[in-house]
Amino acid sequence: MNRVGLGLAAAWLVIAVALLWAVVPGLFTGYDPIAGVPAEKLRPPGGPHLFGTDPVGRDLFARVVHGSAHSLSGAFTAVAVGLLLGTLLGVLAGSAGGLADDAIMRLVDVLLSVPGLLLALTVIILLGPGTVNVAIAVGVGSVAAFARLTRSEVVRVRRTDYVEAAFGSGGRYPAVLWRHVLPNSLGPVVALAALQFGLAILAISTLGFLGYGAEPPTPEWGLLIAEGRNYLATSWWLTTLPGAVVVAVVLAAGRISRSIGKDTP
Amino acid sequence: MSLLDVRDLAVSYDGRRAVEGISFTVDPGEVVALVGESGSGKSTTAHAVIGLLPGNATVDRGRILLGDADLATWSARRMEALRGAQIGLVPQDPANSLNPVKTIGAQVGEVMRIHGRGDRWEIRRQVVELLTRVGLPDPETRARQYPHELSGGMRQRVLIAIAIALRPRLVIADEPTSALDATVQRRILDLVDDLRAEFGTAVLLVTHDLGVAASRSDRLVVMKAGRVEEQGHTAAVLAAPEAAYTAKLLRDAPALSVREYREAEPAPREPAIVLHDLVKEFRLGRRPFRAVDRVSFEVPRGTTHALVGESGSGKTTTARMVVRFTEPTSGTVTIPGAGEGRRFRRHVQLVHQNPYGSLDPRQSVAEIVAEPLRNFRLGDRAARAARVAELLDRVALPRDLAGRRPRELSGGQRQRVAIARALAVEPGVLVLDEAVSALDVTVQAQILDLLEQLQRDLGLTYLFISHDLAVVRQISHTVSVMSEGRIVESGTTRQVFTEPGAPYTRELLAAIPEPVR
Repeated sequence: MNRVGLGLAAAWLVIAVALLWAVVPGLFTGYDPIAGVPAEKLRPPGGPHLFGTDPVGRDLFARVVHGSAHSLSGAFTAVAVGLLLGTLLGVLAGSAGGLADDAIMRLVDVLLSVPGLLLALTVIILLGPGTVNVAIAVGVGSVAAFARLTRSEVVRVRRTDYVEAAFGSGGRYPAVLWRHVLPNSLGPVVALAALQFGLAILAISTLGFLGYGAEPPTPEWGLLIAEGRNYLATSWWLTTLPGAVVVAVVLAAGRISRSIGKDTP
Repeated sequence: MSLLDVRDLAVSYDGRRAVEGISFTVDPGEVVALVGESGSGKSTTAHAVIGLLPGNATVDRGRILLGDADLATWSARRMEALRGAQIGLVPQDPANSLNPVKTIGAQVGEVMRIHGRGDRWEIRRQVVELLTRVGLPDPETRARQYPHELSGGMRQRVLIAIAIALRPRLVIADEPTSALDATVQRRILDLVDDLRAEFGTAVLLVTHDLGVAASRSDRLVVMKAGRVEEQGHTAAVLAAPEAAYTAKLLRDAPALSVREYREAEPAPREPAIVLHDLVKEFRLGRRPFRAVDRVSFEVPRGTTHALVGESGSGKTTTARMVVRFTEPTSGTVTIPGAGEGRRFRRHVQLVHQNPYGSLDPRQSVAEIVAEPLRNFRLGDRAARAARVAELLDRVALPRDLAGRRPRELSGGQRQRVAIARALAVEPGVLVLDEAVSALDVTVQAQILDLLEQLQRDLGLTYLFISHDLAVVRQISHTVSVMSEGRIVESGTTRQVFTEPGAPYTRELLAAIPEPVR
């Protein structure tokens, strides 16, 4: 295996470990993420506590491991919302053309013109805070990117000879769309989904940090970093280690996205 | 002494041999044609001579002697001084070989500036002189224009001007006319001939078109799979080819093989396609542009009608109206026996020009061929599989290709798959839009034979769109010649080819390369 292959394998490993944390946290840590032992507060990393402990004596590693369930499921929900809504809008715009295309794409332009964080905050204010709402808000923010990409791919594929040949052999519109247009336009969209997965983790953590996401004491990655910032001068591990985990997962998602983008013809 | 002497040259890409030890010479003032099909190593050889091999290619052994210098041992920097001054290159694709953001004058002058020939005013004067020499009308204006303002033929003239600017001793022309219409092709080849006579420049002509090679070269080097199959004086090779492969190439080249004209039986047949006063206008800004102008013809059932013309003549637009991919502005297309709406597609099928684009890259051959059957809900899964096998047999494709993807097939195999798909619903009319133009001659000959046989067996009617008169002569019963949207001449193939009436037809016919030297 060459260096490129190794990097990609490492990226998949990071994502796999993060997923396992979310599914079976008990395999990785025996500590309780909520209940702390006051006597063991603010221990530096090492010894029995891999990532150290926080001001109420909770094991930070346990909190990161258990937090992955909240952060990852949030990111999945966000990507699912963006992917479904965005792809739907993009396919509609790309295949309908004309007035419908113009209307949908101008709406998308409006979405794109609002900064992502501002849009997410607006949605949260409408829906109220909470993990699911934060995920939906982040997902709405990525609808525009998905819609644009999908539309451009659909328009490209629709012009190819094989789509014309499919109509020529008697295909009806839905059949041609399903059999030829969608499979051939979704490659880059899947790559974008992987990239958005990383960005969603980041955005959810940002909103968690700002206090719109999970309520304490729920261990959510963004919230962990937020809680740690009061101890930045004395206990560096409270912000640095969860931050490093977030960075690793986001980078891994980006790397996987690039490999998907490269494989699609 | 030879000008260029290539001895035992071997080149490989990433360790895979593409040229397997070939030797040939080019004498001063001589035209040597390097002929072969795609993948024969002819372009690799030409690029090795001028030192422009891609990064993953290596010269494994052999010598490239230009005079006394062995170019195979030269560094890239030394080759730079040589390119343009000693060896000129006329590249293949006039559309992409000029810089779109620089004027023609700047690009022709660039080669002189690089080699430090003269000051600005001197270069400007020489550029105009060169553009005049390659036959561009109004050269002062052309020098100030950008590539997109010139036609394909004019761009190729500019590229020739760049190649001969410094009077090199050798010009390498890599498929110089493949992208051009027949009449333009002929004028460009005439120009190359004139320049050779005037300057005594030797020409290494790389081409897949045996017709062009036969009509324009002193000597032929026939290549196949990286080896030289045969070389010798053109007339001698054409008269008595020694290698079996050369004989096959000659037999398959439509321009060189003299076949009988196909004549329809004298018995009157009912028409299968009737076009009446067909008109198509496109809106270009405010003024409508008439792409097809009152085209009428009839095609008798079971025969082949060819629609011939150069790019922009309206032949493809006509074909698209026949298969109802484009709505006519006025006039009618009648296809007796074809239904309306979707049922129309069961009777009329289109085969696209480019077999690389007309097959979905994600589907297997079996899925592609079965698609029309699924669309019309013909048969169950087992019946469809049986029909696919039968169709693959029909187009002479091995059945074990059924599971492959299009990218695993050769160009000829892909076009067979496209034909099999078109035949799946048992249509009566097949519209073939330049269906063999993208294929090598031997593959082309096989596909034409296949089409002929299918017509005999299934009683199909063909509308055959082509710019290649030599192919048309071989396959069609009747011909319509189109120019600027109108039909300028119509008749049986024999009539049109032996007694052309319209001046435009005569010009087209004269452009078929003929082996006379």
